[in-house]
Amino acid sequence: MLRFIGRRVLETIPVLFLVATITFFMMKAVPGGPLDTEKNLPVEIKSQIEAFYGLDLPLWKQYTNYMASLLQGDLGPSFKHANRSVNELIAAALPVSLELGSLALVFALVVGITLGIFAAVRQNTWLDYLASSSAMVGICMPTFVMGPLLVLVFALHLEQFNASGWDFARDRVLPALTLGLVYAGYIARLTRGGMLEVLSQDFIRTARAKGASEARVIFRHAVRGGLLPVVSFLGPAVAGILTGSFVIETIFNIPGLGKHFVTSVFNRDATLTIGTALFYATLIVVLNLVVDIVQMWINPKQRAT
Amino acid sequence: MAGEAVAPEAGRSLWQDAWARLRKNRMAVFGAIALAIIAAASLIGPLVIAHGYEEQNLLLGAAPPSAAHPLGTDKLGRDQLARILYGGRVSLLVGIAATAVSLTIGLLWGSVAAYFGGKVDAVMMRTVDILYALPFTIFVILLMTVFGRNFILLFVAIGAVEWLTMARIVRGQVLALKKQEFIEAAIALGLRKRRIILRHLIPNVLGPVAVYTTLTIPAVMLLEAFLSFLGLGVQPPMSSWGLLIKEGAEMMEEAPWLLLYPAALFTLTLFSLNFLGDGLRDALDVRASRD
Repeated sequence: MLRFIGRRVLETIPVLFLVATITFFMMKAVPGGPLDTEKNLPVEIKSQIEAFYGLDLPLWKQYTNYMASLLQGDLGPSFKHANRSVNELIAAALPVSLELGSLALVFALVVGITLGIFAAVRQNTWLDYLASSSAMVGICMPTFVMGPLLVLVFALHLEQFNASGWDFARDRVLPALTLGLVYAGYIARLTRGGMLEVLSQDFIRTARAKGASEARVIFRHAVRGGLLPVVSFLGPAVAGILTGSFVIETIFNIPGLGKHFVTSVFNRDATLTIGTALFYATLIVVLNLVVDIVQMWINPKQRAT
Repeated sequence: MAGEAVAPEAGRSLWQDAWARLRKNRMAVFGAIALAIIAAASLIGPLVIAHGYEEQNLLLGAAPPSAAHPLGTDKLGRDQLARILYGGRVSLLVGIAATAVSLTIGLLWGSVAAYFGGKVDAVMMRTVDILYALPFTIFVILLMTVFGRNFILLFVAIGAVEWLTMARIVRGQVLALKKQEFIEAAIALGLRKRRIILRHLIPNVLGPVAVYTTLTIPAVMLLEAFLSFLGLGVQPPMSSWGLLIKEGAEMMEEAPWLLLYPAALFTLTLFSLNFLGDGLRDALDVRASRD
């Protein structure tokens, strides 16, 4: 087991390295940099700025410098936000995104699993039909459709919530809801499928024959196996929530990491873009690893692979 | 009795069985029909409609639905109906093209890996595993920013995101098939490798591949819409549903119809594709059926 974990950790290192390298060269390929939108600067100032950001060095040297500073955890200064380092910006924006993401995830899990269990237990009844259709709507309606629609209904017409901003506790509701609904849909479908498969097994028949109440059968016996597909889905789900936050934060004007990423791409702020891309990539890779380990732990059958 | 000829009963092939099962699935049929209508409208619509999708009528601005413009106009006075139909063409085209890209790459990769087996297989699938960990969406965003808004690049980039799962599915199928007896029989009969691959392996791989393809198209369309929403995908004056939704969202307060119609159509298309894909999967995979 430990050997497995060790091996997987070792495997992620080249992946991260690959990500950093690819992102670095991509950003270097983009025309434009910190000097572009400025007014015409006298040559001396330009060369000073270039020296500060290390842009006058040959490409391979910039690369090795960057990699070296990465290893020390330093993501460099932001090109566009003068005097602020990327680390600073990420540190400021991260808690916001984490809050949004966790709220969305909790919502997705609670609603999705509940819907899924109901649908499975009352298979083929109107409840099942309703739950499955709702789940399907969640899957088919992308966040950038759902978001504006929810804002239209709840913020503009009913005037219950603010259309954007992150200042009040209330502001959390619409964004988290939008982000979570899609994943609630997927989770509901997976739970339903998993539960259906488990409920048809013999050991469930045994439990019922022994006189266990339906509630006990479902929650004490079936749920464990039924939730397995959900656990494997958690990896891609979290990755999806992270990338989904780009759009949500842009729509709702939330000062989170996703918004920084999007604006940095448009501003050609190379270090910020690479920094956030790298951060996201690392997060996703690490989370996938954690999910894989958890899966191995709960499902002994998986360990054979 | 003995002399009477009995008309031979027509046999039912497995494909016909699957087809019958598919037809019984009402949601899948509904999806297929809806899809056909939408596709037909997108193809023929722009040719038939009075207004072009580019015609601007700045005096009108964003006008609500009227007789002349059944779905209203956008902020530059362009007819929404025409833009939605044209956008349908673009979105569907990107969806199909990108899926074709990922299908080709995945199919080739998976079959080669499975066919040769051993070290080749191990190396190829390891690569897939490593690539799986990369957050492709981020790369696609970066890619589109770096190389500009090249239309062809768009569906190559999107297709490149989805080929991994296709490769895995194909490889799994081919591996399972390799062990089956009819392949052994074919080899024993002395058939050449190419004939075996073409006439025996590939038709049997088609099932899961068809299912996954039908499910990849909506995923790809979502990705395209996502990119267009961020301004990195299709550029105006071309329209795609993603772009229309973005523009609609911007004018949400003054002109909600600009958001509602493209959003509804987009969701309906995805719905139909997903139901169809699910139906195909249930029809072709006997074990997954509910009885």
